[in-house]
Amino acid sequence: MDFAPNPDHELIIEAVEALCARFDDSYWSEHDQRHEFPWDFYREMAAGGWVGIAIPEQYGGGGAGIAEAALVLNRVAASGAAMNGSSALHLTVFGLNPVVKFANDRLKETFLPRAAVGDLHVAFGVTEPDAGTDTSRITTRATDDGMGGWIVNGRKIWTTKALESEVCLLLARTDGIPGEGFDGLSLFLVDLDPEHCEVVPIPKLGRNAVASCEVAYDDLPVESWRLIGERGRGFHHILHGLNPERILLAAMACGIGEAALRRATAYANEREVFGRLIGSNQAVSHPLAKAHMDLHAAMNMMREAAWRYDNGLDCGEHANTAKYLAAEASFSAADHALQTLGGLGYATEYHVERYWREARLQRIAPVSQEMTLNYIAQNVMGLPRSY
Amino acid sequence: MKVVVCVKQIPDPADPGALDPETNTLKRDTKLILDESDSYGVEMALQLVDAAGDGEVHLVSMAANNEVGGLRTALAMGASSATIVSDDALGGSDALGTSKVLAAAIARQEPDLVLAGTESSDGYTGVVPEQVAELMGLPSVTFAKSISIEGGEAKIQRQTEAGYDDVECPLPVVVSVTAGVVEPRYPSFKGIMAAKSKPVDELDLDALGIDAAQVGWAGAGQEIVAVDEAPAREAGEVIEDDGDAHERIVAFLDDLKIL
Repeated sequence: MDFAPNPDHELIIEAVEALCARFDDSYWSEHDQRHEFPWDFYREMAAGGWVGIAIPEQYGGGGAGIAEAALVLNRVAASGAAMNGSSALHLTVFGLNPVVKFANDRLKETFLPRAAVGDLHVAFGVTEPDAGTDTSRITTRATDDGMGGWIVNGRKIWTTKALESEVCLLLARTDGIPGEGFDGLSLFLVDLDPEHCEVVPIPKLGRNAVASCEVAYDDLPVESWRLIGERGRGFHHILHGLNPERILLAAMACGIGEAALRRATAYANEREVFGRLIGSNQAVSHPLAKAHMDLHAAMNMMREAAWRYDNGLDCGEHANTAKYLAAEASFSAADHALQTLGGLGYATEYHVERYWREARLQRIAPVSQEMTLNYIAQNVMGLPRSY
Repeated sequence: MKVVVCVKQIPDPADPGALDPETNTLKRDTKLILDESDSYGVEMALQLVDAAGDGEVHLVSMAANNEVGGLRTALAMGASSATIVSDDALGGSDALGTSKVLAAAIARQEPDLVLAGTESSDGYTGVVPEQVAELMGLPSVTFAKSISIEGGEAKIQRQTEAGYDDVECPLPVVVSVTAGVVEPRYPSFKGIMAAKSKPVDELDLDALGIDAAQVGWAGAGQEIVAVDEAPAREAGEVIEDDGDAHERIVAFLDDLKIL
């Protein structure tokens, strides 16, 4: 792993920051308050090739690795766009990874070129009301229609971007019994056909420009070629994309923390109380300094995980560690930033409360901090399974 | 159509570094970036080549150590190729020395049109485009707000205090482009990747046939004898509103010729 300045990365940073500078905090605050998807921003990012950065070149994408994709989403989040901006992109940036790795040629050729230019929005439907962390309990079922295709029935929750998306990566049960292992789950790229899919956004704490939804599937027909990879191996296909997802979310979390610290530092350098700048009080400066160091450490962990993934090395420990550390560092940075601004930090106008709400998300999604600790304890350190 | 754009690479204004106390010149040992004022010339050139249907945009820059950080940004925007001139003897060059180097490098390209910013964001001399034109024996038009090429001529709208002049000029011509008249495109990801394989010609004074005594410290016709801090900004005038504040503000702005 090389820490020397990378000219490609420097240009990526420069270009993405310049683009993001056109969409200031007010833009994101307004979209958050109106629960409005940031279409202008998305189209600009798509036109620049940033949405398709990780799609293989043969399908018109940028062919870049997770390291570059993470850098893009980090700078988007750090611009103040936070999760509203970065998660508007990230499912297209890397969500189609199972399609790239396991899908048949027809699926790839039909959908990847459109994803590469940002024309295809993709949702991700795994979680169910009774199957969160324990994915083996999925009950959404794809039954054989007798003509080589499938009929899907069931209910998913937390399907991000379902309102905007044309298609959804859907994990459904084709075989087996809920709760008895992961075999029997299959992965499909289905159309979110409004005739058969009812999409209802879930009111939530933050990241309101990008909705997460409850989706009810009612006799949704799915053609046979929409099956990704092998029947019954869907969970294993999804696993392949989980490490990149954790890496990207770590990068996004670090970006939010950076944005929060930028606001806090500026405020601590200009706000005078009792005749002195509040930043000259160690009770203010030390937590911000620690948050800065924690973010830097998490960012380096993320870079190591990304480097390992791009070089074909196992990165489960590294990706999970990066996501865990970044989630903690990001929320801590946002929380101390809010504390630094005091009442103004609680006010919408100063944006720190928005960062705080969005930084909180990483500690519960896409996997809780507790389950990450379980993974490290059991799979890395060899401790007994605790659940 | 071949358009050459003069591109200056400057220290990042967000991290401008410091002056060298021995030479009173800006230290340039930090990363250099594309001068924003030149990004308008690059954008204008790309638009002209697009409008012409064929042609290329070539960049010419002078910087120490074959630095290409700023050039790569312009190549990523869409320029086809570049020339970078570096030579130890170029340290301390004044505007005329710089113009000699740029003129020699531009002449090798045999361009139809040469574009430059009106002035750089670090030196602010604002004379290099006109000096280059004089050295190359070409006409010069300054402060362009728009350029079109029609019938082998450049039709240029030249900004003035009162409005703009319509200027027609035979090609080749050197034109300085006013900042802000076009919106420079952002480099795309594919543009950044493509820039890596675009040719950058590295030249020194020997290659250009320039005598080292004519440029750099040796050839500089100016010397920076002292650098002083800019005076602190004076407190503004406070206008108390006795019912006529709006008239006094209008009069104040009128004095500044803003209205």
